[in-house]
Formats: sequence, structure tokens, C-alpha cells
Amino acid sequence: LNHDLGSLADPAYYNQPIELGNLSTEILLDALRSMLRIRYAEEAVADLYLAGEAKCPCHLGIGQEAVAVGLSAHLRNSDRIFGGHRSHSHYLALGASMDKMMAEILGKATGASQGMGGSMHLFAPEVGFQGSVPIVGATIPIAAGAGLAAKMDGRGDVAIGYFGDGACEEGVMHETLNMAAVMNLPVIFVAENNLYSSHLDIGLRQPANSVARFAEANRITTRVVDGNDLVAVHQAAGDLIEAARAGKGPGFLEAVTFRWRGHVGPNEDIDVGVQRAPEILVAWKKRDPVARLWQAILDDRKIDPKELPDMEVAVRKEIQDSVEAARLAPYPPESALLDFVYAPAGGMA
Amino acid sequence: MTRLAYCDGIREAFEYCMDKDEKVFAIGQGLWSPWYVGRSMDNLDKRYGVERVIDTPVSEQATTGIAVGAALLGYRPIVIHPRMDFMILATDQIVNQAAKWRHMLGGQVSPSMVIRGIVNRGGEQGAQHSQALHSWYAHIPGLRVVMPATAADARDLLIGAIQSDDPVLYIDDRWCYEHEEDVAPAQDVDLAAIRPALRREGTDITLVGSSYSTLQAIEAADKLASEGISCDVVDMRVLNPVEPEQVLKSVRKTGRLLALDGGWRTCGFGGELIALAAENVHPQDWRFAPQRITLPDAPAPTSRPLEEAYYTTSETIIKRIKTMVCG
Repeated sequence: LNHDLGSLADPAYYNQPIELGNLSTEILLDALRSMLRIRYAEEAVADLYLAGEAKCPCHLGIGQEAVAVGLSAHLRNSDRIFGGHRSHSHYLALGASMDKMMAEILGKATGASQGMGGSMHLFAPEVGFQGSVPIVGATIPIAAGAGLAAKMDGRGDVAIGYFGDGACEEGVMHETLNMAAVMNLPVIFVAENNLYSSHLDIGLRQPANSVARFAEANRITTRVVDGNDLVAVHQAAGDLIEAARAGKGPGFLEAVTFRWRGHVGPNEDIDVGVQRAPEILVAWKKRDPVARLWQAILDDRKIDPKELPDMEVAVRKEIQDSVEAARLAPYPPESALLDFVYAPAGGMA
Repeated sequence: MTRLAYCDGIREAFEYCMDKDEKVFAIGQGLWSPWYVGRSMDNLDKRYGVERVIDTPVSEQATTGIAVGAALLGYRPIVIHPRMDFMILATDQIVNQAAKWRHMLGGQVSPSMVIRGIVNRGGEQGAQHSQALHSWYAHIPGLRVVMPATAADARDLLIGAIQSDDPVLYIDDRWCYEHEEDVAPAQDVDLAAIRPALRREGTDITLVGSSYSTLQAIEAADKLASEGISCDVVDMRVLNPVEPEQVLKSVRKTGRLLALDGGWRTCGFGGELIALAAENVHPQDWRFAPQRITLPDAPAPTSRPLEEAYYTTSETIIKRIKTMVCG
């Protein structure tokens, strides 16, 4: 049992352009586009926050983009994906609507949850994103239940439950790992281990820093990867998902990463984070999942160097258009306050 | 009409719904045991298979969360908590998740599921094997809470709960399990259309109860009828969303309200009914200050004489009614 991450948790390592392996240039460019879309969208959200336009709690995952993007490449719309408080990347990596996310963050009726949820309650079932909530660990059993539904459906769909290292300190994660193993559920537990829960370093919270040890204790197949390496995530997630689709039961992916901003809001948070010194953040920014992929593509694949800046411009335009549309959109009507509590009258099977 | 006992009514509801809808399944502790939930689920595992009647590890929260997840993806699970005391461990999934997903996701999705919590008390079982926590859960918007008193309702409210598009907490009480009555064949039930039931009709006082306290109210009313005191008995079988109109109408007629509540006094459902009546019945219509009989505000004891003092008896109820009606 390997309890410690070793160099995976040390930003002095893994900061060179990544190995691209045999992934096609098309897949790599799609992944880069998706990662840029997430990063620039979250930067735009940070700006909305600083401008006072966005008020709901926004937990930014800048620096963690490779995890959701590498994994989502293997998913189909009938899979069922659940997130937590920091789930913009999980939602966007599935190709969900930028317009609806920005509108939701501004509390508008055109939002992903009709303006009733905000940043922490995203929903895009058309691409498999079935919901996210900020109660830490709460969607872990819900994802397992969606996996049970997939098993009963018998069509080879899988469930994905995203959570962080902090959620591994909740009892419900341990209950769920046990039950998913006993019930042989097609669910992949994805621990984005960014080494922090709110302000606390994992070393102040757990006796060891690799959370995959909990899955191994439940005889669940685990993979531990550099979560800032798109290709490493892609390969590990692909293996686990393929096994779950084939009826071989749950998998646990620990993706080691780091968030560049604070627990909540736009700031880098170097003052409130215990043991989160400025030099650590600087070091982790050198393990940038976007830059490492970008440089690797330029070094390795024969593409027109102009193609990447063009891609960037298109991504930024989509985000700017979405923010503008969200600003102009209406708020939910006051009737929404009570209308959504129960199913409409006569709501019966 | 056929004769039906309360606990068999529960089993009939499972059979009716599981025969009719393949998306219905049951999950919880003790479902493969012959004694965990009385005879209310006898042989369901054999009839429907262990894939649809699932016994679980001792993990209330994960089990309930798994049911929420399956419900979000189109299934209609019934989670069984054989003792409500242990259901407290699943409260995040019930209160934060099942009850709130519809509202916080803008009405686009809802976990259509039943959480069955069983009240199992008496017999010197003590503080953590005795609780009736309906008032807690009835406080939560988005969570329907129902408590059957009679055999027909044990069956029909469960059918309605399973068929509802909302999450429903269905609370049955083992002290009611042997209640019997003649019932018509089972049919579909629209839970949202269910209103309080008038179980006895009288003019002197309004007795209001839920589940076992309704049976106690009926017993008191029947005894007092021979003594010339006539009682309205209103069965509040749906606690949330509460529909007080039947109670208000009755109190406007009788001028007296006695709320019977099998839970504690402070912030309890009995107090809620009195508040609703106080707000809505004109001061001139009252003939006596509204009263309630609840458990003492103390955990359930184990020692026999303490337990006898703890639970409400029909003598206590009758005495209070006589005080209110005869002075």
C-alpha cells in the first residue's frame, strides 16, 4: 500500500512539457481547446467577482483543468457525472453550455439551473452532468446510486463522482467506497487531490497524503497520476472507465493537482492558507497543465503555429459573448420561490 | 372488501407498486432478514429477487445517497430505515439533497423516492431505540412527510408516496401494526390530493393526531361517546405540506382543540397545529384554551416504571378532555 505521493506532490518535479504518447493530434487539440475554455471562463468569473457583478460563492479551479478534460474524453451523454462546489471544469469539460453557466453565476433565469442554484449548483443533463452541490462528499453516494441505475439499465453506462481530498475526510466517502465495491457498481471516484481543503494543507489533516489508500482498502482498482498531465489523466481514466463499462466494478482515480486561487473567490489566498507560501504557488504554476500541453504540441506535432492563437481568440470570444448575454438576461420571476418546492400539481408516475 | 392489518397493508403497497413499475426497488438494512421490519416486507426478496430488494451494509447515509442517485436517473427507490433513530445518520441526504434538488436546480429534476422511517418504541428499548422524529422532518420544504394511522392508509399512503414525483418521508409505527380494517382493492394514489381524514364526528371537542396518536384519539372518542361527550377526530396523515383547513373547520364548530403528538413538546407538530388554529380561528369561537399532550421533553427511559410514566395513556387523554369539556 503506497500511502504517500512523493514527487507527485512536489512542484519541483513534473514541470516539463508532457509526453504525448500515441494520442492523435485531433484529440490533443480538442483537449487544449477545452482546457483553455475552462481557464479563460474561470478568469472571466474572477473578473465578474472583482467587479461586484457575481456575488454567489464561486470556487475556481484554475490550474486543475487537465483532470476533467482528460477524463471527459471517454464519456458519452448517457453517462452520469456529479460534482461538488468546485465544478466549473467538470461541467465545461463535457461541452456544456457556456451561456448557461455564466447566466447561472449571475442568477439569471436563462442559467443552467434557471437561476436557482448559482455557481455551486450546475446542471446539464444533455451532456450527462447531473448536478453538483457544496456539501462536501454529498454527491459521492449519489454518483454511486447513479451507477446502480446504470447497472440496472444494463447499457454499459458509467457514473463519475468528482470530489477533493477534503471529502476523503467525510465518513460518507468511506461508506460509499465499501458499498460500491460490495455492489460492484460502475462508478469512477475521481479525487482531485489539490493538497488543500479550504485553508488547510493535507499534511495538517491526514497522516498520509495519497487518498487512493482508502480505495485500496476497499479492493477498488486505483490509479494515481499527475493531474496536471492531460495524457496521463486520459490514459488512467480510460482504463478505469473501460473496466467499469465491462462490468468489472468501480475505479478510483487520484489526480494530484493544485489550485492557483483561494478556496473561494478570485484571490490567490496566500495569506490565509496555512503552509501555502507564495513560493509554493510560484513553483506550482510551473507545473501548469495548459502550458505543458501547449508546448508539447508545438514541440511534437507538425501544426501551423498560428492555429493555437486562433483557437485562443475563438475561446475568448465565446466567453465574452456568454457574459454579455448573461448580463442582459432576466432574473427568475418571484413565483419561482415557491413553484419549484414540489412537483407541479398532479405530478404522479 | 377484505380484512387488512396495517403491517400487511405496507407489504401490499410494495407488491402493488413493484408489480406495476419495474423502476421501483427497495433498499435498506435487514431486508433479507425475517424479523427486521416485522412482517411488513415478508418474502419480497424472494418474490422480486435480491437485485430489487437490496439488503445493505450498516451505512445509512451512503444507502440513502445511493437511492437519491438512482432516483435522479429515473428509478423509484424506497429506502428502509428499520429504526428512525438510525435514520438521523442519513439526514444530510434527506434534508440537504433529496428535499432540495428540485428547487436548487430550477425544477428540472427531482429525486422521486421514498424514505421509510419506522418508529419502534416501548419494551424498555431506551433513548436511541424509540424516537418519533416527524416534527424535525416536517420542518423541511420539499420533503413530503406522511404518517398513516390505519391499515388502509398504511397501504395507500405508501402507494401514493412511491408514485409521487417528490421525495416522501413515510413514517410507520410498529404500535399500529396490528390495526385492522376492511379495505377496498389497492389502486393508484395521488399523494398531493390527500387531505386530513375525519375519523369521528362530534361537537364538543376537536382531537387531532397522527399515526398512533390518531388511534389513541379514536379510542378516547369511542369511550367518551357513552358518557355523553362527542369528539371530532381529525387524522393529520400528511404533516408536510400541512393542510390545516379540516382542523380549522372543526375547531370553529367545537371551540376546543386538543392536539395529540407522539413526539416531544418543544417545536413539535402538535404545537404547529395549535399555532395554525390560534392564527386562524376567531377569538370568539374559542371555548377553552387549546391544549396538547406530547411526550415529556426527555429522552425515552428504559426502566419499566419510568417508561410507563413516559408514554401517553388513554386515561391521560380522557382526563384532559373531561377537564376541557366539563370544566
